[in-house]
Amino acid sequence: MAFVNLKNKLIQVKIVYYGPGRGGKTTNLEYINRKFQHRINSEMVTVKTHGDRTLFFDFLPFDVGLVNGYQIKIQLYTVPGQVKYDATRRLVLRGVDGIVFVADGMLVRRETNIQSLRNLQENLASYKKSLRTLPWVLQYNKMDLKEQGIPMMPIEMLEQDLNQESPRPYFPASALEGTNVVATLKKIITLTIASIRKELL
Amino acid sequence: MSYTLDQKQLDRIEDILKSELIDNGVRCVFLIDMAGNIITNLDNGEKQHDIYSLAALAAGNFGAVSAMAKIIGENEFSLLFHKGKKENIHFNKISSEFLLITIFGNDISLGFLRMKVAESVEHLKGLLEPLSREHL
Repeated sequence: MAFVNLKNKLIQVKIVYYGPGRGGKTTNLEYINRKFQHRINSEMVTVKTHGDRTLFFDFLPFDVGLVNGYQIKIQLYTVPGQVKYDATRRLVLRGVDGIVFVADGMLVRRETNIQSLRNLQENLASYKKSLRTLPWVLQYNKMDLKEQGIPMMPIEMLEQDLNQESPRPYFPASALEGTNVVATLKKIITLTIASIRKELL
Repeated sequence: MSYTLDQKQLDRIEDILKSELIDNGVRCVFLIDMAGNIITNLDNGEKQHDIYSLAALAAGNFGAVSAMAKIIGENEFSLLFHKGKKENIHFNKISSEFLLITIFGNDISLGFLRMKVAESVEHLKGLLEPLSREHL
C-alpha cells in the first residue's frame, strides 16, 4: 500500500524479504545497509531474540532518488522466518508493495522453501493479495556453499519447486558475499515502482 | 494498492495536528498508516527523531498489541501508552487503517493529552474515513 504524498512529492514503498528461517533475509539487508550507507540516513532497525534470530522484523529505509519528479523512499523489511512466528510475519506483510522471496539453496532445505512459499501465499490471501498480481522476485541464496562441498539444489530444481505458476525473475545469490544482492534489490524496486505507476495512471 | 493525499488534504490534517496538539505542548506527532508509512509528522522544533524507524516500529507494535487483545478476548485496548523518564509516547487508532502517535513530556498530563488526541481524531476521521472506504 504505497502512500503518495502530493504535497512533498514523496512516495513511500514497502518491500518485504520473505523466506524460510536462516535463509539469509537479514543478511541481505545487512549487506545493503553497508553498501549504500551514504543513502541511508538512519540505523537499521532490528528486533532480535537472544539467539540472534529475527523476532519481529528488520527495517531499513532507503532513498532511491527521483522518479518522474517524485522522491522514492523504499522501506525494506524482513519477516521472522521461523515457523512459530507466523502471526508476526502476517503483521509485517500488511500493506506490502513488493516481495523478495529468499530461498535457501541447500538441498536439505528443499521442503522448508516450499512450505515458506505456501505460507506466504496464505498470509497474502488474508489481505486479499496474491502472488499472481503482486510484484515479486526470487533469490536462490547461499550459492557460495557449493565450493565448500555442501549439497546444493540445482537452479532447475529450485525453479520447478518455487517458480512455476507465473514465472518471475530469479537470482542465484550469496547474501553473505553480496553476490546478486544488489541485482535482486534493483529488480524488485523497478518492478514495484512500475506497478505503482500503472496503478496511479 | 496505493493511495494519494494532495496538498489541500495534507494542509488540513497538519492544521488540525498543529492547533490541537503541537500548540498545546506536544513535542511531536505522527500520523501513520498501518503499513508503517508516514502520512505527516510535525514537531515543536526541539528534537529530531528517526521518524521512519519510529513509524515502522509503531505500526508493528500496534499490530502486535491488537493481536494480543484478540487472543484474550478483547476487541482492542483503549489505552496504549508508554511512560519514560522524560518522554512519553501515546498511540491512538483513527480507523482500521490509520494511527496517530504523540510524543510528549511530563509537562502535559496524560488526561489532557488524551482529551486533545480524542478531539483531533474526531476531526481527522472526517478527512480520512472516505479515503479508507474508497481506496484501502
